Amino acid sequence: MEPAAKSAGVCPAKVSEILAKYSRRPDALVSILHDVQKEAGYLSEEAITEIASGLDIPVSKVYGVATFYTLFSTKPKGQYIIRVCENAPCHVLGAKAIVEALEKELGIPMGGTTSDGKFTLEYTSCLGVCGVAPAIMINEAVYGNLTPERVPLILKEYK
Amino acid sequence: MEFYRSHVLVCGGTPCVLEGCKGVRDALIAEVKRRGLDREVKVVETGCLGPCDLGPVIVVYPEGTLYQKVRVSDVPEIVEQHLLKGRVVTRLVGEAPQAGVVKYEEPTYLGVQERIVLRNCGVIDPESIEEYIARDGYRALAKCLTEMKPADVIEAVKKSGLVGRGGAAFPTGLKWSFTANADADQKYILCNADEGEPGTFKDRLILEGDPHSILEGMAIAGYAVGANKGFIYVRGEYVLSIERLGKAIEQAKALGLLGSNIFGSGFSFDVEIRKGAGAYVCGEETGLIESIEGKRGEPRIKPPYPGTEGLYGKPTVVNNVETIANIPPILLNGPDWFRQFGTERCPGTKVFTLTGDITNKGLIEVPMGITLRRVIYEIGGGIPGGREFKMAQTGGTSGGCLPKELLDVPMDYFTLPEHGSALGSGALLIMDDSHCIVDIAECFMRFFEHESCGKCTPCREGTARLHEIVAKIARGEGKPGDLELLDELGSVMQVSSLCGLGQAAPVPIKTMLKYFRDEFEAHINDRLCPTGTCGI
Ligand SMILES: Cc1cc2nc3c(=O)[nH]c(=O)nc-3n(C[C@H](O)[C@H](O)[C@H](O)COP(=O)(O)O)c2cc1C
Repeated sequence: MEPAAKSAGVCPAKVSEILAKYSRRPDALVSILHDVQKEAGYLSEEAITEIASGLDIPVSKVYGVATFYTLFSTKPKGQYIIRVCENAPCHVLGAKAIVEALEKELGIPMGGTTSDGKFTLEYTSCLGVCGVAPAIMINEAVYGNLTPERVPLILKEYK
Repeated sequence: MEFYRSHVLVCGGTPCVLEGCKGVRDALIAEVKRRGLDREVKVVETGCLGPCDLGPVIVVYPEGTLYQKVRVSDVPEIVEQHLLKGRVVTRLVGEAPQAGVVKYEEPTYLGVQERIVLRNCGVIDPESIEEYIARDGYRALAKCLTEMKPADVIEAVKKSGLVGRGGAAFPTGLKWSFTANADADQKYILCNADEGEPGTFKDRLILEGDPHSILEGMAIAGYAVGANKGFIYVRGEYVLSIERLGKAIEQAKALGLLGSNIFGSGFSFDVEIRKGAGAYVCGEETGLIESIEGKRGEPRIKPPYPGTEGLYGKPTVVNNVETIANIPPILLNGPDWFRQFGTERCPGTKVFTLTGDITNKGLIEVPMGITLRRVIYEIGGGIPGGREFKMAQTGGTSGGCLPKELLDVPMDYFTLPEHGSALGSGALLIMDDSHCIVDIAECFMRFFEHESCGKCTPCREGTARLHEIVAKIARGEGKPGDLELLDELGSVMQVSSLCGLGQAAPVPIKTMLKYFRDEFEAHINDRLCPTGTCGI
């Protein structure tokens, strides 16, 4: 596992509280990971170990689930995660130019995080807003009908 | 929680308030209590019921009787006759007994559209269960629970000819019968709202616009097969859908329309939401089940099918959101009513999402069997920017691409496969003549390589190799024989992959090779893109 920054993450008491909310049921693992990540921003090694011992299941199992789903991350990410759709409907309407505009504006490649820890740029699969393609999602907010010109204006709201 | 055999809904919209509905409501509450019915009958104030010139209006459920111009002085008679003796007070129902309550027999026409699934979307306040009820909501459930045996419900769904709208087109009634016939102490209903197929957003809009129709449909399914627990698995990205569903569940529980002993029938049904975490393969029914069980969403080997061995090893019905949204109107209006829409082989409507190079993008509901040409030109407003239609991909990224020669093929679950494509989830991606086939093919294949879960070799390796070969052709490094290799590899994947992901991944590429082979050949043999757009 990637050694994660030890200081960041979530305190054991918080993990314990989340586990209790789900009655420590192993089948609630996906929901538990959602909650822990919401609290801590990502799933650190400590958090994963804590969850595993709390549910009494192997660490490898928790890690396996945490790395299966794209909404989970085992590494710290930026405060704002920009998810860019490059599936066919967005591709057809010019998603490539949006990717280029984002990379240029933030000075990072896809998959990267800005040095101030503010933005992470990554691909996502279809966001289900294809009626307004091309689209991106910044944390929980969706932006559609994008043009390269609109990219800096949207980012300004977060800077 | 308390349960009521009848609900009296009093319209609390402004026009009725002006006509004195608050007084009528208070009188009803007092009279119901005076006659000792307050544990059986619940009086509820709702949002606007529609017929504002007839206020105050009230509706008595489960019958759905609408009384108009009700005065405080009419209240004792309504309680005595209707609520105690079960007789309708005819002098208060007016000439059109259901005035203002929109019936499915009078669908709203929007061009060529036909609205069954989207009957309430954009018409009611989705956060108001009262508005749903005012549009006959939960009446189908009441009818099933009070007038029909579970076997009758399944028979009606079978007779309707409804097939699953999640892509596989399996007959819904037949699917239910497998679970109904399975012997188990616990059964489940799963609503598949993972909607990951690129270009598809119908389930999202159904959930956002009419969440109660899904709860009602699931409860009916539960009654039919003997399940008392349902889960809705919603994509984690669908924030508003999750929020609206959560509210709807609380509202339904508060009115006793979910929970135990619904309509005093002895049938109990509860629904919980499960949030996905971003994995296309979790839309596959057994992947979805694994995910709900807290595991990696890797599809299981079938058989056994979920119908007999699904969630936690128990018999489980998995149905798509749109399939479930069709259930209440089918039960309320009967299978024959449903069969008058669509085609003989494939009755009903289909919700499509129109995307790509088309003037009007968005959500439409049309009779099954409509042609692509009508959808594009009569509803979609044609191709913008003065360009020509080049191809349409039906069924999302897992579907095939059709050239303009096939614009008049009827779109249903049986005809499209005859042309190598699929209706799938109902995504329609329209592409104009500015697009390079190889560039689009690469985009499709990148998707499958990324989404393959890696469990089975044909899909894990196959999707990577398909992408690799197409990417090479796109870079101008293709060699003779590559197209034959794509074809052969695709055929192997179709017969040997564990789940629909690997089986469908070759579909788009195979149809593109069939209908646009010369464009691939130009890239390989002449290092040339006929559209001049892909940068080769
Ligand atoms: C890779 C893959 C993804 C799928 N995604 C979905 C989906 O997002 N929603 C859905 O309802 N069905 C999806 N399906 C189909 C389901 O496996 C299943 O057939 C369907 O949920 C059954 O419901 P229905 O009979 O009502 O169509 C997918 C299948 C595969 C192979």
